[in-house]
Amino acid sequence: MKGPQVLVVGGGIAGLCAAISARRAGARVLLVESAPRWRRGGNSRHGRNFRFCHDQPSALVPERYQADEFTEDLARATAGTGDAALTRLLIERSRAAPRWLLDSGVALQERNRGTLPFSRKTAFLLGGGQAMVNALYAQAERLGVDVRYGCVANRPCLRGNRLASIELRSSSQSGTSGQSGQSSASGLTGQAAESGGVPGRSSLELPQELVLEPAPEHPPEQAPKLTSETLTPDAVVLACGGAQGNPDWLRQHCGERVEGFINRGTPEAHGKLLIELLAAGAQAVGDPSRLYLVAVDARSPPADGGIVTRIRGMPQGMVVDRDGLRRHDEGADRGSTRYARWGQRLADYPGQIGYLLLDAAALREVPAALYPPLVAPDLQGLARQIGMDAAELERTWLTYNAAMRSSFGDDSLRPDLHSHLELPPHSVFPTDSHRDLHPDGSTHAPLDPPRTGPARALDTPPFAAYPMRPGLTFTYHGLAVDARARVQLSSGEPIANLFAAGTLMAPNLCPQGYLSGLMLTIGQVFGVLAGEEAARHVRG
Amino acid sequence: MSAAEPVVEGAAVDASAAATEAQRILAICNICGYCNGFCPVFDAARERPAPHRGDLSYLAHLCHACRNCLESCQYAPPHAFGVNVPRTLERLRWLDYADYVWPKPLARLMRAGMVLGSKADFALFLKLFLAMIVPLLMGFWWLPWSQLTQPALGPGGFYRIVPFPLMVCLGVATLGWALLSIGVSLVRFWRAIGGGRPAVRLTWSGLSAVLWDLASLRHLDGGGAGCTDSHSPLAPARRWLHQLLVLGFLCCFAATVVAAFWHHVLERVAPYPIGSLPVVLGLVGGLLMLASALGLWWLRRRTNPLALAPERKGGEISATLWLLAVVLSGLALLVWRGTSAMGLLLLAHLGFVYGFFLLLPASKFVHAGYRLLAVLRLRLEQRNIDADTSRRG
Ligand SMILES: Cc1cc2nc3c(=O)[nH]c(=O)nc-3n(C[C@H](O)[C@H](O)[C@H](O)COP(=O)(O)OP(=O)(O)OC[C@H]3O[C@@H](n4cnc5c(N)ncnc54)[C@H](O)[C@@H]3O)c2cc1C
Ligand code: SF4
Ligand code: SF4
Repeated sequence: MKGPQVLVVGGGIAGLCAAISARRAGARVLLVESAPRWRRGGNSRHGRNFRFCHDQPSALVPERYQADEFTEDLARATAGTGDAALTRLLIERSRAAPRWLLDSGVALQERNRGTLPFSRKTAFLLGGGQAMVNALYAQAERLGVDVRYGCVANRPCLRGNRLASIELRSSSQSGTSGQSGQSSASGLTGQAAESGGVPGRSSLELPQELVLEPAPEHPPEQAPKLTSETLTPDAVVLACGGAQGNPDWLRQHCGERVEGFINRGTPEAHGKLLIELLAAGAQAVGDPSRLYLVAVDARSPPADGGIVTRIRGMPQGMVVDRDGLRRHDEGADRGSTRYARWGQRLADYPGQIGYLLLDAAALREVPAALYPPLVAPDLQGLARQIGMDAAELERTWLTYNAAMRSSFGDDSLRPDLHSHLELPPHSVFPTDSHRDLHPDGSTHAPLDPPRTGPARALDTPPFAAYPMRPGLTFTYHGLAVDARARVQLSSGEPIANLFAAGTLMAPNLCPQGYLSGLMLTIGQVFGVLAGEEAARHVRG
Repeated sequence: MSAAEPVVEGAAVDASAAATEAQRILAICNICGYCNGFCPVFDAARERPAPHRGDLSYLAHLCHACRNCLESCQYAPPHAFGVNVPRTLERLRWLDYADYVWPKPLARLMRAGMVLGSKADFALFLKLFLAMIVPLLMGFWWLPWSQLTQPALGPGGFYRIVPFPLMVCLGVATLGWALLSIGVSLVRFWRAIGGGRPAVRLTWSGLSAVLWDLASLRHLDGGGAGCTDSHSPLAPARRWLHQLLVLGFLCCFAATVVAAFWHHVLERVAPYPIGSLPVVLGLVGGLLMLASALGLWWLRRRTNPLALAPERKGGEISATLWLLAVVLSGLALLVWRGTSAMGLLLLAHLGFVYGFFLLLPASKFVHAGYRLLAVLRLRLEQRNIDADTSRRG
């Protein structure tokens, strides 16, 4: 085959949309994906719904969601930090996203098919992100896009305002299946898989039959042979996602605490191209130390755990750090941003680990979780399982329960427990300064930090705990682009033949905060745009 | 046990391990829920967060093995979570056929179907297949060669070989046995899947809605996208082939009913002319079954083997072979009934038909009943919910 006119780097939603649209516009397209075929699709495999602007309700969405409201939502979420022109572009072009996906073979879930979370602003992918990714690969291949798995692009060479060349490294059998032959990607996976360096995780023993066994590894016999080639395509679209899979880079910007983070998304997101291009003079957007984190079970696999590892029951229980101390109000946030809040908080906990504590009654109320909780008949037993100081935990627990009874008192069955004075003094009050006199005459310590209700005392054994860590979803650091999706130099000049789409350029629109369903939309809209522009550039 | 672990063909499948694996996987699906637009299994599983044996049976038979949820799963093997819903539920279905079957000894036969690879069970199978051609051998024994090799030209030609009353008696007896055995098994299944669930009201409208669901394969369209027949493209081929197979079966059944009517009421005695209704129905039915059975077999060979439970292979092959034996012998009889081979062909065809009925309760074809009841339960539960919510306003 003749060399490709357009090289697309990365096969998530952004890369696939770019490849398809460039191919439809007549260009010869090569798409390289660093993952092996079975893990193709990056973070896009894990998504489910995307936000789009619509003036009418439809089978996909129950009500309308117009441009003004979308604009306001985004401005509020990002505190107005996004680029205004690109935001307008995103919102206008998001109207066509469902149609474009449907026409490309992606199935969307109609609202009367299965129970969906209520959402008037987003449409749902039938079968989720993996189904979408599969459909887009099939479409790309039907159109004649050349797809290579286990193939990593790196070492972009800039000359003035042009990308002169880029290197591809692939394992010898880059075809359809097998191990990612790429050293850095698989190296990262391997390193993470050992997980020995992650504090606290080894102390969490699970009953053997409940452990999710890892699948047998790929046959190790065929040591991947690396081949390297230098390509000089007319145009390149970068759609290689964020850098959440690169521990070194994370450590450099966020410190040692990243050791305690878990990557929910693909391990392939090593951000190499981003780093290399920034070093070569491309303009950065966003903040490398800002991360989108949610609370996940500390026992989750080191990468690719996806949507199911979240811990969501904070409003039903009490959260403590590894020393047994409460640090935040468990009941304060209820919106969809609450998961992200807890992710951020856990990042600041000592050892980046926290525990959601529940009693038997609360355990029945919390949303289902992937791993069974640690359970013990009493607090001491639970503290032992966690490896926590039992006395400290008990102190926190008693203080919390006492406060719950006096604020939300529902324990009429055992009125004696209302009297704090029956408890040993040291167990009740964390510090003397918090002691004051309650109107009814009993001594009462306002809980610090406070606890927003509804909540109640956790006093029905057995007691349970979910260990939690911050789960990294994506990073807020990327390449600045113009309204034609061209990557910009720090001089402000665009690189004529280099385009970026998806998470890699998302911080142009969303340098902080988040709206659910936004990232897939950015991937779709800027993927299509970058593909069109790249093809246009090729045609000259 | 992880779903990624290959099951050795011929190895016995441990029922409790299969149930544990199903519970593990469904627990993951209950949190994820991405697939709930494909079919009703996922919403039903969420309503049963701690599924017992009957719940698992219900969910297993609610699945019609479109395989979409394997292809779309971000946790499919070789991912560490190893989620493989189609294989796990298919495994449960086969275990269920053996579990609920009545009388119990048939369970051995059903399991034999699952583990065709092992020697002992293969021998058992061989014997059964031989049993199917017993009538043929008996004919040899009893009938003089000259009578056996007479072509069936005039009316009553068939009955010179096998007297009419005997033909009918054997037919009624074997079919009756099949219906009784399957009926009892299904009652046991129905009780099990209702265990611990709110009672449902069985109504005619509910029943007819279900029959329509089944005829139109309502739940079989993969949420609109079709089934994953082969590795990736979603296609409607499997649904069509399956329905053609059922249609073919119904045609053959209709042919028998029409023939009986002609015999008793119109007093026209078989064999009937080529263009006559019973013959046309039988011919069309036979050809439909032949074509669709081969089509399904071809599709299965192209299906991602990861989606299939390896141990079901024996049961599937044997069911296909039995069906083909009936169909091919019937077609052969039609083609060569004017020749001296007629007698042998008739005996063979009848033997296969009776044998088919005898083995029916231990064959894959029982899945129709299980599935019907699972969909019935789904419909009735939904109606109960609808009725409750409308009453509440
Ligand atoms: C659990 C989870 C749930 C989510 N849910 C949603 C949701 O419901 N809605 C939503 O809008 N967003 C969601 N997101 C975010 C969203 O999925 C991603 O931000 C989005 O899919 C990113 O798309 P992308 O194409 O830019 O990158 P990706 O999908 O990550 O694709 C990047 C691809 O590039 C490849 N790659 C990387 N470097 C190279 C290289 N050097 N050479 C070759 N290939 C390379 C990677 O293998 C990868 O396949 C979720 C994320 C996670 C982790
Ligand atoms: S099969 Fe996979 S994608 Fe589908 S619901 Fe289950 S876990 Fe989610
Ligand atoms: S294979 Fe098809 S029918 Fe069975 S559970 Fe999966 S999506 Fe539902």
